Amino acid sequence: MTAIDNGAREAVVPQSPPSQARENGVLPSRPLNVAEHRAYYGALPAADRLPLGELAARIGHAGVRGRGGAGFPLYRKIVSVSGAARARRLQPTIVANGCEGEPASHKDKHLLWLAPHLVLDGLVLLGRELRATRAILAIEADAPNGKGDLVRRVREAVSERDVRQDGVHIELVEVPGGFIAGESAALVSTLNGGPGLPTYTEHSVREHGVGGTPTLVQNVETVAQVALIARYGADWFRDYGTAAEPGPQLFTVYAGRRQPRVVHSAAGAPLWPLIADAEPIDAVLIGGYHGSWISAPLARKARLTEAELGVPLGAGLIAALPADRCGLTETAHIMRYLALESAGQCGPCLNGLPRIAAAMEQLADPHHAARYAGIVQNLQRWSGMVEGRGLCHHPDGSVRLVRSALTVFRTETAAHRAGVCTGGDRRPLLPAS
Amino acid sequence: MRAKDSAELAVDWGTCKGHGLCAELLPDHITLDDWGYPIVGAGPVSAAAAKRARRAVADCPALALKLKSTAGK
Amino acid sequence: MNASVLWYTSQATGIVSLVLYTMVMMLGIAVAGQGRLPGLPRFGTVALHRSISLLSIVFLAVHIATAILDSYVNISVLATFVPFASSYEPLWVGLGAVAVDLMIALVVTSLLRDRISPRIWRAVHWLAYAFWPIVIAHTIGLGSGSGGLISGWELWLTIACVLAVFAALGWRIAVQLERSRRTPAQVLQTMRSEVRA
Repeated sequence: MTAIDNGAREAVVPQSPPSQARENGVLPSRPLNVAEHRAYYGALPAADRLPLGELAARIGHAGVRGRGGAGFPLYRKIVSVSGAARARRLQPTIVANGCEGEPASHKDKHLLWLAPHLVLDGLVLLGRELRATRAILAIEADAPNGKGDLVRRVREAVSERDVRQDGVHIELVEVPGGFIAGESAALVSTLNGGPGLPTYTEHSVREHGVGGTPTLVQNVETVAQVALIARYGADWFRDYGTAAEPGPQLFTVYAGRRQPRVVHSAAGAPLWPLIADAEPIDAVLIGGYHGSWISAPLARKARLTEAELGVPLGAGLIAALPADRCGLTETAHIMRYLALESAGQCGPCLNGLPRIAAAMEQLADPHHAARYAGIVQNLQRWSGMVEGRGLCHHPDGSVRLVRSALTVFRTETAAHRAGVCTGGDRRPLLPAS
Repeated sequence: MRAKDSAELAVDWGTCKGHGLCAELLPDHITLDDWGYPIVGAGPVSAAAAKRARRAVADCPALALKLKSTAGK
Repeated sequence: MNASVLWYTSQATGIVSLVLYTMVMMLGIAVAGQGRLPGLPRFGTVALHRSISLLSIVFLAVHIATAILDSYVNISVLATFVPFASSYEPLWVGLGAVAVDLMIALVVTSLLRDRISPRIWRAVHWLAYAFWPIVIAHTIGLGSGSGGLISGWELWLTIACVLAVFAALGWRIAVQLERSRRTPAQVLQTMRSEVRA
């Protein structure tokens, strides 16, 4: 691809969203088959309406960033992968990651249930743009889904279309679940027939991925966003959200009701209306299990942006902790899950995360009050010891959660030190499997 | 003209078993954590230590220690 | 030179090589199991493993050279490297040749350890577990020095070497079992019970 001028006017005028999409929103209210999908969103732009380079230009102009992980600009990844493909004279591979290893997050399953064809469209479009012949949709083999069998639904969606479209071969791959298994390098390892664990590589997945080819791995929501931008254009995308975090986004919200719900919103929306039902609250967990807690006062006045919250939106989890729960207990519960999900192949993580989890459990139990100074000191020490030392960022994310808990739950810690827990309800709020 | 390109130490965490030879051979660059795994100091290896570093890489029983050239970065 | 001096030198250096290679095996097993030798730093075990293996080469070279030079039996230079090419005791001498070939592979790959891929080095080094039993077999076949299988004190020495390596292997397997039991769940369990203690 030649250098693309992000400021250039779009060569081809994009469609407007059809009336259904305009009224109902970015996602339909019930699952659509392929014909309903085309009616709802409009037809997939053909290759002549979207010449090579045009889609990437729109993605660049739209400022699409990956959900979860570092929020890396998609445009730069596309340039990197296609550059590597050109240099090595190989055809790249596209992977849409629908594995949603985050147990508290449901947005990807929600998207795949309602609009799998958006994701498949996105795969075809990216495949066309990068001249990839293989485009893989990876989903969890036993994906739990409140509404029904997600795997069967996605299989049906795939079978409703040509398996080869515009020279791009679409594959559905079912992958064993797990927190680490959904990470890009681990996923690529599984797709290569490996153990589904992060491995030591000299090259990133963008250069050496599935089958050794340069591989573009993106969350299914990002791939769906590509399918929307291809139809409606970058300006439409930028109408949502903020300048720094544009685009419609999905969030999984835990707000006092029994079941979490997936919310269609965007960056910049006020946070409080989403969690108001949970009041009175102690704190809100933002991002995911590798995210951070924020205090209730901040949650009440901030908008959903990294700048105002001080933490990234990550995988889109927004979990309000009611005041009758104990934040330390909740964090200990999540940390135990994270420790057990460690691949156990790197010494610092294998040794450090379980120790951090055990220490959090002690901190969460007011009966250990006498030893608190030592416990907190150990936590700080072990956190510093596991950070950045391993094949993936699992320890880093876990430490981020624990550090945010120690900051936000200072009052609880002080109360526990005095032998009292401010939360009456010690049941875990968030899932840990 | 530079005599030697600078190099940085890196650990393959999947293979490292915590033998600890690297810390003995490069005490000014590597210490061991509570569990016997190497904590590698940031930054390139000094020219004086380059030879010892190469020896540490060759001697690591797990072949987990790497010396990566940082020239041209 | 008196033929018997060459022959006896070959026998003697052969026995010494056996003992040295047995030590090399045990030291190699110690390194893999992260065993520490008393008084030595960690790199001491590795250094000793390497030094003794290089020393063994010297004794092995004398063992082979004297066997070739000795006119009592017909062992050619070719038979040193090509298994079963000797006219004298082709089976037992042949096993020796196999051992020599394996030894060369082990030593060369280890000298180039930081230059070749870790996977290749590891794959070749596993051949040590084939090398050493072949050395034992070669010793049993030829150790008596006068036809017939090994006997007498040479036999007892060989048995002692075998027992020593087996003991080292037993330790190594125990270490490995312990290591593989260490999972995040197990560490968490241990940490929790330490807290209660």
